[in-house]
Amino acid sequence: MTKRFSVIGKSLPKIDAWAKVTGDTKFADDLVLPRMAFGKLLRSPHPHARIKGIDTTRAAALPGVYAVITGHDLPRVKFGILPVSQDEEALCVDKVRMVGDPVAAVAAVDEETAERATELISVDYEPLRALMSIEDSLAHPEVRIHEYGDAPNVHKAVALQFGDVEAAFAAAHLVREDVFFFEGNTHLPLEQHAAVAQWGPDGKLTLWSSTQTPHYVHRLLGKILDVPSAHIRVVAAPVGGGFGGKLDPFAHEIVACKLSQLTGRPVKITLTREEVFYVHRGRHPVLMWVKTGFRPDGGITGMHFRTWLDGGAYGSYGVASTFYTGALQTVTYKIPAYKFEGARIFTNKPPCGPKRGHGTPQPRFAMECQIDKAAEQLGLDPADMRRRNLAEPFTKTANHLTVTTIGLGECLDRVVEASGWRQKWKALPPGKGIGIACSSYLTGAGTAVYWNDMPHSGVVVRADRSGGVSVLCGATDIGQGSDSVLAYLVAEVLGIAPKDIRVHAADTDLTPVDLGSYSSRVTLMAGNAAIQAAERLRACIFDAVARKVEVEPERLAARDGRVFVTDDEERGMTFAEAVVLGESRHGVLSFPGSYAPPRRAGKYKGGGVGPSPCYSYSACVVEVDVDTDTGEVKPTEVWIAHDIGHALNPLLVEGQIEGSIYMGLGEVLMEEQVFRKGVHKFPSMLEYKSPTTLETPEIHTILVETDDPEGPFGAKEAGQGPLLPIIPAVANAVFAAVGVRVDETPITPDKVLKGLERKRQGKSPRVGPDRLPLVKFPEPRAVESAFGLPAEGIAERPFSS
Amino acid sequence: MKALLSLSVNGETRDVVVAANKTLLEVLREDLALTGTKHGCELGECGTCTVLLDGEPVLSCLALPVECQGRRITTVEGMAEGGRLHPLQQAFAELGAAQCGYCTPGILLTAQALLADNPGPTRDEIRHALAGNLCRCTGYTKILEAVELAALRIGGARTGQAGKEART
Repeated sequence: MTKRFSVIGKSLPKIDAWAKVTGDTKFADDLVLPRMAFGKLLRSPHPHARIKGIDTTRAAALPGVYAVITGHDLPRVKFGILPVSQDEEALCVDKVRMVGDPVAAVAAVDEETAERATELISVDYEPLRALMSIEDSLAHPEVRIHEYGDAPNVHKAVALQFGDVEAAFAAAHLVREDVFFFEGNTHLPLEQHAAVAQWGPDGKLTLWSSTQTPHYVHRLLGKILDVPSAHIRVVAAPVGGGFGGKLDPFAHEIVACKLSQLTGRPVKITLTREEVFYVHRGRHPVLMWVKTGFRPDGGITGMHFRTWLDGGAYGSYGVASTFYTGALQTVTYKIPAYKFEGARIFTNKPPCGPKRGHGTPQPRFAMECQIDKAAEQLGLDPADMRRRNLAEPFTKTANHLTVTTIGLGECLDRVVEASGWRQKWKALPPGKGIGIACSSYLTGAGTAVYWNDMPHSGVVVRADRSGGVSVLCGATDIGQGSDSVLAYLVAEVLGIAPKDIRVHAADTDLTPVDLGSYSSRVTLMAGNAAIQAAERLRACIFDAVARKVEVEPERLAARDGRVFVTDDEERGMTFAEAVVLGESRHGVLSFPGSYAPPRRAGKYKGGGVGPSPCYSYSACVVEVDVDTDTGEVKPTEVWIAHDIGHALNPLLVEGQIEGSIYMGLGEVLMEEQVFRKGVHKFPSMLEYKSPTTLETPEIHTILVETDDPEGPFGAKEAGQGPLLPIIPAVANAVFAAVGVRVDETPITPDKVLKGLERKRQGKSPRVGPDRLPLVKFPEPRAVESAFGLPAEGIAERPFSS
Repeated sequence: MKALLSLSVNGETRDVVVAANKTLLEVLREDLALTGTKHGCELGECGTCTVLLDGEPVLSCLALPVECQGRRITTVEGMAEGGRLHPLQQAFAELGAAQCGYCTPGILLTAQALLADNPGPTRDEIRHALAGNLCRCTGYTKILEAVELAALRIGGARTGQAGKEART
């Protein structure tokens, strides 16, 4: 990359860093409005029960209580984030489907009074049989959690086939079948969800909320509350950690709105930590069976992947999650034939949904562990085996995904080199092991949650007469730095400093729509829109300046706060003067930019899940110490190389990668969202184990740049992909250390000890699931494999700079 | 039952009339509008609500204001002096140690107490000092680096070297 950039590529502080280190940032729970009331939800203690009656009279009579509502006070309409899964109620009317389902709500003078009032509400429940596992739900079709789905208690069952996998297996030198289980876990953002609603006397509603998707909340509130969305404004407050946990519309948001309408006061509802655990939408527990054919050199002839997802009580993003467990296997290595079957089962537990990596860490764990096993069996170095079989850039995969640049080869080489893999593999003393894995992830989902022809991202860039520039965009900064990235891109195009820019984000009244902070889409989509808007502004300014200094606009450049003639830099003016010229000639300088991803959805049902403008790639090596007495696994050092396309700000990219490694280590070693008798086993931050500073090892981050034609200045994503490879890398390192295969997460000491004990007894040193549930998958819709076909419709670099 | 309390917060005396069972966290946020102090669990588990009491980190969600009278309470709003950021704040901003920023106030104050006791901590000592503060965004790496940078700068300022660098 030889191009000279002023802002891009520099490790600058985030534009909101100063507010964050001084405590000035106003998160949703920090908002206080005059006359504000406090709301509280009453939640079900039963995992599955019919509601026979609710008596709120005692609660309503408590001094300090302003309003008490039940589901009968809300429009009787079900909602959900996906159009195909409209199955939630803000307050349940007929039955509850999980512990924590909301049934009534109170607004009161303060939180304590509101809470006391909820205790005075009596609900008459008739408990129903609770279905707490996939097996349970399938074994009891007579007990239905929902009335819809592909079969009783089966939310979704899908089957796809690309090419002839049976022929691929027949041609293979080695065919492996393995079974894996990935335990559910949760986002655990430090900020508990909070919402403040204000329903004005003019009938207009404003909601401030810790949400990652103000646009989707805006759309859905209209439906749920039965008021025109045109009268609703949703503002996403800065989000204190999201990771996918604040992507759905939530009961407390809807209830706060209704309570505000009824009381004529602003109403705030902040969830307790325990409620956050029950609201969930986190990682699906997934059972997986994978059958793969290998050539003697480790090349894959074909793959058949089956997944069973424990979905919990509601749909959430589950249909997408189900497809995602089968979508991205094909983009890392050459897989000419591929078959996928997946099913999501309803259970009476908090609903699972999108957590960082959405549906892909589970199959990635299975696939990369199986590849490690195959390498062992074939007598190959697992790093070399992967290196030889990488997917080809600018081709299509078996399942019709278009891949652009692939930096995975360089990623592998760099982590192998940096970690000393060649010296350490099979050479470390007993109890120490080194493991490797690769992965890939979307840079933005190619389709919206609801199908439409509009842009996925919009940005307005506005220059004022002082030379200051405002950037308006619907994107939500959840700590990843999306506001800062927009400022850097606009600053680069206009030749000004990021400090000259103010970003106003995530306000449905003021900012053009951005679909939200999910699927690693914001840098690419909002970034491309921001560049387009800034280039339109610059063109207008250049036109006016060109007339003034009497040159062609093409000879002008903007840099260091000046607009000048490129080959005669003295001829020019400050950016502020140029803005005044521009506004004098053209009127108000306010320009939109829009971005929609290329339309590449495969022409088959489910083809909308998986396409992306481009894919990031990661390779990871980890070294672990395994204590054979206690079974404890301690990662000691991690090396990760990530194909970022172009690091717009290396500091922020590293931060995303380090945070991903940390979160992946939590998932592989300790985190579990599990239930006993319908109740969360440990809904507290003390007992839900997550890594502290003491459990997080040294992380060595290597950035690999491929300058992708689809990304803004060539950039890809960094927020989710790097979480994926560390999980199987740890499992593979544990095997290298002690010869035990733990085929399920988390790899806790008891499982390691169990494996060691089996090894001592001369049994297979494997710990993991051995039974598979019986689900009737639909007949796969056979589609021809697109493997190896050339990519089509790649962006000519969309913007000139 | 309410009590009239006189609290010393960030060098100012603040009188409040509050219910005796209110926590220091609640009084700081709700009665004194010092919302820089955050909450993650309100059960003493996550470290997010950490403030300093006579220079020592305490979990404000477990502290009762009635017991804090006559003691110096420092919140994140009290770290900057005269509009000049504390070197820890400066280093956290520069090195990307605050992502969502929600755990940041508690971590900054814990680190401030560490550096007051131990101006040149090793990385391991920093890890131990911050082990009670959860952060879900950063993977802690940049936080550790920022504490080290701040310690260097404070040490440098003491010997007259890096004073300028540490300014806002």
